[in-house]
Amino acid sequence: MPSIQEHADLLIERMGNRPLQILIEIQRRFGHVPDDAIGQLSTRLHIPFSRIVGDVEFYALLSREPKGDYAFLMSDNITDWMQGSRVLFSRLSKNLGNHASLSNTSCTGMCDQGPALLVNGLAVPNLSASRIDAIADLVKRSIPVSSWPEEFFRVESNLKRQSWLFDDWQGPHLKGEDLLQALQDCALRGRGGAGYPTAKKWNACREAKGEGRYVVCNADEGEPGTFKDRALLQHRADRLFEGMALCADIVGAEHGILYVRGEYRYLEDHLKEAIARWSRPGFEIELHWGAGAYICGEESALLESIEGKRGIPRVRPPFPVTHGLFGMPTVVDNVETFCAVAAIASGGEKAFRSLGTEKSKGTKLLSISGDCVKPGVYEFPFGVSVEALLAECEAKDALAVQVGGAAGTCLDKTEFGRRIGFEDLPTSGSIMIFNASRDMSEAALNFARFFADESCGFCTPCRVGTSLLAEALESATRGGEAVSEIENLNIVLRASHCGLGLSASRAVMDMLKKFPEHFAAGRAALEGR
Amino acid sequence: MKTIHLDGHEIPFEDGQTVMDCALAADKPIAHLCHLPGYTPYGSCRLCTVKIDGRFSSACTQPAREGMQVESETEELKEMRLGILRMLFVEGNHYCPSCEKSGSCRLQHAAYNAGMLDPHYRPFYPKREMDASHPDILIDNDRCIFCALCVRASRDVDGKAVFDISGRGLATRLVVNSKSGLLVDTDISVEDKAVHVCPVGAILVKGRGFEVPIGMRLYD
Ligand SMILES: Cc1cc2nc3c(=O)[nH]c(=O)nc-3n(C[C@H](O)[C@H](O)[C@H](O)COP(=O)(O)O)c2cc1C
Ligand code: SF4
Ligand code: SF4
Repeated sequence: MPSIQEHADLLIERMGNRPLQILIEIQRRFGHVPDDAIGQLSTRLHIPFSRIVGDVEFYALLSREPKGDYAFLMSDNITDWMQGSRVLFSRLSKNLGNHASLSNTSCTGMCDQGPALLVNGLAVPNLSASRIDAIADLVKRSIPVSSWPEEFFRVESNLKRQSWLFDDWQGPHLKGEDLLQALQDCALRGRGGAGYPTAKKWNACREAKGEGRYVVCNADEGEPGTFKDRALLQHRADRLFEGMALCADIVGAEHGILYVRGEYRYLEDHLKEAIARWSRPGFEIELHWGAGAYICGEESALLESIEGKRGIPRVRPPFPVTHGLFGMPTVVDNVETFCAVAAIASGGEKAFRSLGTEKSKGTKLLSISGDCVKPGVYEFPFGVSVEALLAECEAKDALAVQVGGAAGTCLDKTEFGRRIGFEDLPTSGSIMIFNASRDMSEAALNFARFFADESCGFCTPCRVGTSLLAEALESATRGGEAVSEIENLNIVLRASHCGLGLSASRAVMDMLKKFPEHFAAGRAALEGR
Repeated sequence: MKTIHLDGHEIPFEDGQTVMDCALAADKPIAHLCHLPGYTPYGSCRLCTVKIDGRFSSACTQPAREGMQVESETEELKEMRLGILRMLFVEGNHYCPSCEKSGSCRLQHAAYNAGMLDPHYRPFYPKREMDASHPDILIDNDRCIFCALCVRASRDVDGKAVFDISGRGLATRLVVNSKSGLLVDTDISVEDKAVHVCPVGAILVKGRGFEVPIGMRLYD
């Protein structure tokens, strides 16, 4: 068996200068990243030892300490809580021997089939008491994860409503200038949340000075309650690559990178095959994995991560279109955006323009979870009302709907007439439903803890303020006088460097305002946990 | 001459200058900690947050543009800055009376200027280890505010890479570039710029304790 150093050497030879990707492989092989491997990487790749330490300590799926033969991470989104994850957590913790470890991790994107956990980085959805007991038994009998029943790892796509984005368009193929014009005529806006006009972004990248160019697909999909990109990666990978290639052709890029969150590792073989099947001369697509960091969905942090660094959002300006990956002009777009481009390019243009609203053309994929009969991925034309969504997924007795994930907006019953779209409710697609039996203070606390866990730590207001917010909420739910404190934190957080800190108090403020009665009543639920 | 407006004053700027650069040049300073003229703007402390044409932004990273309307000394921004300073105090362990840097500490000075009378938030009392391994230099991690000035000085001025920021969120920490994690095993020397840029008392030269009597220090 090769030594740690030899193993690191082999990986460097096989994978080249991609430090984070090598670290992920080392973590998979050894269950942690030993200092000897860090030393070898540092020497061979000429990266300071301390910088690699910085990486390992930044990403949640990497660790310097061994975590046992079975490293369990329980998905800790509010939807997991609602499906009973906290009870299952203690059930599992009572039955684990000492060659296993168990802790929590942020939303793993399995909300429609939760609760879920990761074991050695692999997702196990649909947890129940019996599945947890079966897992504990496998651990007790020292059965390696690779020999566990396959069905434990089966992830469903739950595609409940497919239309334009999934249709097989057979039209005349648009590319280059014609496609750019079509995207402008369609007023296509980014599907990752911010809604920037796609044609404008691509044009700016094309016109920027640079020796090389990159096209990057953001498949980090870390917003709690989002899992629609997962479905596209599974079912429309070809369309995604087509969209990336069309972009590369327009901006003049030869390299594409698909950055996928580590929690979707189960898609590895599928994506590698799809890339191999698809590959074209003149444009190659490289697969990069994330390693557990919500912030890496922010486009400049994502570029840092691809460069092998900690995912700290960059100072802007300059923007990625002029100074992106390795300083080169770079387009970063969401999975759904590239798929939409490919559909527009292959005949879907006219239909696209007839769908949606004045300012939000086309359709939007929504990930619906929480209290409804049919959680899953739904494609709706923009402009659809929340009410209509609730009817379609058979949500009865809804009390609140969280649109846009933890960073989004919380709606009460009086607002269910509002519509999905850039002019009213912009969203990357996360819809979480709470019925009348739910305590919204639990949701507020869950989101506040999420931001405290996921703050990259770069800037003061967010690094410290998100923890103070979670703490203030704990006292608010116990009936304390924490509301003015939360209002103060809401002000200071507005000094944050990036969108994470800027949106960390939004949902909490909504919930405090719309469900004040929950914040004293939350006491019993919290103490009974 | 191109100008921006800062709290009603018209201030000239040259291309390439940030809002902070031209405010300092015009002797209208905006409070700051992680910024130091001559160093790559970083933007982590957020103390220099201003409102530019209605949007919050850090003055140290924002390029000046003709006609920009910049607000700095408003009640809203003062409340923000006070909050940021309090956060920095509660996050670390800052016992000013027994700190060697007291009187020449930029954090203490900024807090004084902002009229901060109490830490307001609950102190975190983090457990951080001191690194006293080096014969000449001491790292007191309790006081680090992660401004990365030492990181930038070592990299950009000294041509070394002695310091780095590691971890994330509240577990963010200063690390040094050696396998042991100790300063003595790095190539730092006491003449390095990195040893002398720390705005707080986190990096100190040993044996200099109380060389300048309290009461006669920079900000006394
Ligand atoms: C904290 C944070 C997390 C984000 N996460 C994602 C993500 O997971 N996926 C995504 O596509 N965009 C995410 N974004 C938005 C990206 O920064 C960027 O706007 C987007 O990838 C651009 O693609 P689009 O124009 O196609 O939407 C995030 C932004 C922030 C501030
Ligand atoms: S706002 Fe939060 S996530 Fe964004 S840079 Fe600051 S600390 Fe990092
Ligand atoms: S040691 Fe000093 S200079 Fe270095 S990051 Fe900490 S506070 Fe800044």
